[in-house]
Amino acid sequence: MSEEHETVHRHPAPTGFIRKYIFSVDHKVIGIQYIMLALVAVVVGMVMSVLMRMNLSWPGTNWPILGTLFPGGAPEGMMTPEFYLSLVTMHGTIMVFFVLTTAPQGGFGNYFLPIQIGAEDMAFPVLNMLSFWVTFVGFVVILTAIFYSGAESTVGPIGGWTGYAPLSALPNSGPGQGMGMNLWIISIAIFCIGSLLGALNFITTLLNMRTRGMSLMRMPLTCWAWFTTAVLALLSFPVLLGGGILLLLDRIALTSFFIPGGLYLSGVLSGTGNFPLHTGGSPILWQHLFWFFGHPEVYIAILPGMGATSHILATFARKPVFGYRAMVFAIFAIGLLGFFVWGHHMFISGMSPYSAMTFSILTLSIGVPSAVKTFNWLGTLWGGRIRFTTAMLFALGFVSLFVAGGITGLVLGQTSLDLPMHDTYFVPAHFHLVMGVASIFGMFAATYFWFPKMFGRFMNEKLGKLHFWITFIGVYCIFVPMHTMGIVGMPRRFAQFTEYEFLATLHPLVVFVSISAIVTVLVQVLFYFNLFWSIFKGEKAPENPWEATTLEWTTTSPPPHDNFAGHLPVVHHGPYEFSVPGAPRDFIMQTDAEAEVTSGNGHDGHGH
Amino acid sequence: MATMVTGTRPRTRERGSASPGFPGPGGNGSRKRNGDDPFFHPDSRSNRYRIGVWVALAAIVMMFTALTSAYIVRAASSDDWQALPMPRILAFSTAVILISSATIEAARRKLKADLHSGYTTWLGLTTVLGLAFLVSQLLAWRQLVRQGVYVASHPHSSFFYLLTATHGVHLLGGLFGILYLLLRSRRTETELMRIRTLAAVDAATIYWHFMDALWIYLFLLLFFWR
Repeated sequence: MSEEHETVHRHPAPTGFIRKYIFSVDHKVIGIQYIMLALVAVVVGMVMSVLMRMNLSWPGTNWPILGTLFPGGAPEGMMTPEFYLSLVTMHGTIMVFFVLTTAPQGGFGNYFLPIQIGAEDMAFPVLNMLSFWVTFVGFVVILTAIFYSGAESTVGPIGGWTGYAPLSALPNSGPGQGMGMNLWIISIAIFCIGSLLGALNFITTLLNMRTRGMSLMRMPLTCWAWFTTAVLALLSFPVLLGGGILLLLDRIALTSFFIPGGLYLSGVLSGTGNFPLHTGGSPILWQHLFWFFGHPEVYIAILPGMGATSHILATFARKPVFGYRAMVFAIFAIGLLGFFVWGHHMFISGMSPYSAMTFSILTLSIGVPSAVKTFNWLGTLWGGRIRFTTAMLFALGFVSLFVAGGITGLVLGQTSLDLPMHDTYFVPAHFHLVMGVASIFGMFAATYFWFPKMFGRFMNEKLGKLHFWITFIGVYCIFVPMHTMGIVGMPRRFAQFTEYEFLATLHPLVVFVSISAIVTVLVQVLFYFNLFWSIFKGEKAPENPWEATTLEWTTTSPPPHDNFAGHLPVVHHGPYEFSVPGAPRDFIMQTDAEAEVTSGNGHDGHGH
Repeated sequence: MATMVTGTRPRTRERGSASPGFPGPGGNGSRKRNGDDPFFHPDSRSNRYRIGVWVALAAIVMMFTALTSAYIVRAASSDDWQALPMPRILAFSTAVILISSATIEAARRKLKADLHSGYTTWLGLTTVLGLAFLVSQLLAWRQLVRQGVYVASHPHSSFFYLLTATHGVHLLGGLFGILYLLLRSRRTETELMRIRTLAAVDAATIYWHFMDALWIYLFLLLFFWR
């Protein structure tokens, strides 16, 4: 087989601890660093969500530890509404940016994209290292925004993760909106730069570094997903960065990009007292800039999960992905349409009904490629000899959650239905299911699936399955009742509902959701334990434990520094050749040169 | 669909064949297929610099598109817009950056023709012109400050300072790139280094021409759009 491989210049692995594990240029180490960052960030985000749930279910209770940590935000341990709002803001920001953007793309994408296309590293390894450390600095800055205690001592700004102007543009608009808000904007700007460096690297690597025989249509669907995600990040983050600069200028240079004239805040008129004069800005402009980024961002979060799900479903159903080409085009279609639908976040901003209708039609049309993906996943499963590993269960969970959360997207995408639903619990229920939990399920699936490759050991399957079932039932228990609350009219972002009589009957449901949330969060301890315990004590894994076909399974577990030990693999087959009639085994590796391939398994979407 | 190279079919056409399908192994659009193994030929792999710079430019285009739309919306959304008097020195800036585009192109051509001393001279000249442009922009700011026009004076001035600063920062990045090339300009002994340097200089030239065009665009937007 040696003539089947290309000899490349072999890079010696670094030996010093710092070059090897801290400022490493190895995409695998950087990928793990991104995953670790997400694992830390997600704990912060989850703790915040539990705090919010506790305040909603048991308003007025004293939590002494909160009083000690945040004497201003929770005097004597009782949460102020502002403190609750800052929790909403920071939970959203940390989860969207530092969990849902870092783990799927920066983490698993960094680790597996080069290996799956047969490259020895990313195109620009130093840039790759920079992109992680820049992102890390962004995370440190957002943590400073949490623990920055001015006179108010909340846990940061209170403007929501969307930072709507003009409140976000005025330092005196509330507690946490001073220095905390500045730090929030700076953190997001830093994050944008880190993501752009990453996206640049992903795109160049995929276009330039594919090994011999790895034509575009032989790439695993994961690579297509990471590539499309990188394109979305490349085109959307600059817009947020531009908007962020304008917002920061409004705050510190007293310009009026987003601040209209004649504002009256806390008894002071703009231009009198210590409230500087602002005129003529447009708060809606911020919403346009923000959502032009914000909508592609939700696809940045979920596309890698879709890629991983397709990959894992095919592997454990022992069947080729149904309609490979259709899957590729569906990923592209979702990415492309994602740029033209931002207006559906702004139906109540007073936009022209004609633009609202255009945005609405475009939004609903995303249902088409989404349905293509769903039916192709089901088609992949159809008639397969399914192996129910933990990774497979989470991939199936992804499909379930994607459908459950996606359906309500069709409800909210229609102007007439969105108007009453807007800013009710229906909206958080929708987007948590589809972009939050579904993406995370994709990442759980990816973790259980690729863990043996990354660390050379298996994760514990029994613990994994327990983790799956409780989490799966738990998230439905959390988010399905929220739809009901939304339909009844319970507004989101409210610290408590004790003043609203018509919502009193919903209180048992609120408590139920909170208990489900607490149980689901606690079960994640099981996952963390399984993860770190298995790194050291897990059962040893061979090179290709799942009998999968793609290039990462042709190298050792974990792969050597240059991925293929001085050789680059040569690709002879498509990515998902399972159960090929006439083949000796039920899978054909992409590198298998000898395998006689009979036609007729039709996996690439055009019949033979 | 005999030309589609996909899926289960073993790859029948190897390198060198004029397949109209995907552009060969790697698919990186490498046009030069000479040498023993075109696939791992450094010319093909060093294309990453050219690809990388185009990708980066796409991001920069998006950022300035966002700022442009903000500019147009802000100009239309209120009646507090006052036209900014154009600082005279901007004509000088524009001339300088136009000339610098020509000098960097000259440097690139000298390197391609293996005329080394010419390459470093033209590249050095480009650095000087780039610095002159930045100084000239700063002088424009000073002219405005002398007239009492600051960032927050009115929306047009806000956008003027913002757009010139953002462009300046990007141009400064390009200058650092050119300085890096200058410092490494002697390192072309081997064929591999030569090919890499050529690719890097191509990338720098593309970036610099783009910065030139971007300034012309911003200049027209700021002072001639309405």
